[in-house]
Amino acid sequence: MLTDITIGQYFPGDSVLHRMDPRVKIVLLFFFIVGIFIFDTRGAYAVMSVFTLLLMLLSHVPLRMMARSVKPLWWILAFTFLVHLCSTPGEIFARVWIFDFTYTGFWQGFFVCLRLVLLILLSSLLTFTTSPLALTDALESLLRPLKRFGVPAHELAMMMTIALRFVPTLIEETDKIIKAQQSRGSDFSSGNLMKRVKSLIPILVPLFISAFRRADELAMAMEARCYRGGVGRTQMKALQIGGVDYLALAVTLVFAAVLGALKVVGV
Amino acid sequence: MPIELKHVTYTYMPQTPFERVALQDVSLTIEEGSFTAIAGHTGSGKSTLVQHLNGILQPTSGQVLVDGTDLAARGKAALAARRKVGMVFQYPEHQLFEETVALDIAFGPKNLELPEAEIEQRVRQAMEFVHLDYETYKDRSPFQLSGGQMRRAAIAGVIALQPKYLVLDEPTAGLDPRGREDLLQRIVQLHKKEKITIVFVSHNMDDIARTADRVVFMDQGKVLLDEAPAKAFFAEKEIAQAGLAAPQMVTLLTKLREKGLAVDPAAFTMEDGVAHIMKALREAKSC
Repeated sequence: MLTDITIGQYFPGDSVLHRMDPRVKIVLLFFFIVGIFIFDTRGAYAVMSVFTLLLMLLSHVPLRMMARSVKPLWWILAFTFLVHLCSTPGEIFARVWIFDFTYTGFWQGFFVCLRLVLLILLSSLLTFTTSPLALTDALESLLRPLKRFGVPAHELAMMMTIALRFVPTLIEETDKIIKAQQSRGSDFSSGNLMKRVKSLIPILVPLFISAFRRADELAMAMEARCYRGGVGRTQMKALQIGGVDYLALAVTLVFAAVLGALKVVGV
Repeated sequence: MPIELKHVTYTYMPQTPFERVALQDVSLTIEEGSFTAIAGHTGSGKSTLVQHLNGILQPTSGQVLVDGTDLAARGKAALAARRKVGMVFQYPEHQLFEETVALDIAFGPKNLELPEAEIEQRVRQAMEFVHLDYETYKDRSPFQLSGGQMRRAAIAGVIALQPKYLVLDEPTAGLDPRGREDLLQRIVQLHKKEKITIVFVSHNMDDIARTADRVVFMDQGKVLLDEAPAKAFFAEKEIAQAGLAAPQMVTLLTKLREKGLAVDPAAFTMEDGVAHIMKALREAKSC
């Protein structure tokens, strides 16, 4: 059923990662991603994999859900691995038709895939442990310095917040309309393409009407509450950097130092 | 033959942190020809329950039988069984989409692949039944109608399917008193004249008092009470637990009785109530 979809993939919880300031999480994630590309020795990969695994355990998000976020990229991973496997020159260990499989290719492919998986896991850790609203708050706060150059930080964040707020509402609405039209005997799953596209009209028309109606009502409600953009607006739950965040910062620094040392030693 | 629910349990979003059991082991039989009201607080599971009646939701466990056919089965028999149950959702006017009222009402019959003449006939009948004049309204856009008319046009769209059972989920919500009155009368007519079995979901006990011959209270996904109105409206404990209020007339008569007027509190409609009070007053005067 449609309403069974979770939006974003926020997984409510109370782990250390959940309690961190979303801004710190975004910034640290950025550094981790840069790190993944800078440090490319085997030792560094080992350290990073272990570290990612620890973070995953720390987040208390079931590993099953984590695995689900990697699943859509399965084909890309397999393709990347194969391309590396048979297009890298080196010692050949197998040959199929015109393709030479090499050891260097195998390891190169493996590490590229590992890199990708780490990237996905780390970024989904962010979305798993941060509610969409906290994320937009953090983005607004991080974009604020760019206001001087004309970036409408508040407006962008507000737009994102509203969009996110309405996704579940509209999904619910769609679900209801689909059920209602099904009750009137419409069939969405048979017939040729033309017929199927046509069968969407009874869903799309009421959906658009209700979306416009809601937008109108929301605009009215915001205006009635004297909303006029971000100027002078304060927040009820202001973001605050606390102990957990300093701890995370310290851990990251140690982690970076270890990786740096590994790079210098060349493991 | 009735609609039977056998030990129906329904869980929303199973195996996620958002998991929620909406129905818990509900067994219920809706007899043919009855007018059943399902009452309960918001979130008591009444809407989830009725969506099982035409197979829109499939129970997580348990069975729904319409005239003896299991709705979960595949094939023509189950499809035919589902089509016997017409379903009017909350705010049905939100599903209108066609250019004209007549086309919108014809949407259901068209999906049944009926011949043109029969479709027109059914549209005409359905519109007359909800008191929308066919000639006046057939070519109007449904979006130009008033709220009450839109509601009635949407209900006509379901009636045109000529279901044997008709489920209405809070059909009077958001209507003005006159629209509400009018719609209730139309529904009672459907029940009486067309012999359609009605399942009526509402939390307005006054509406229920005037229409139903059987009342089911839902609370936290379970059937709390399943009785004839004469008993249900005096089950104070269950009424309170379900978060409802007894019909105003029953409350009034009970209070009058407490004050010493010898009145029979078993009157649910305005007319009956007035008659009872008058009778009691006359008796009080004569002695």
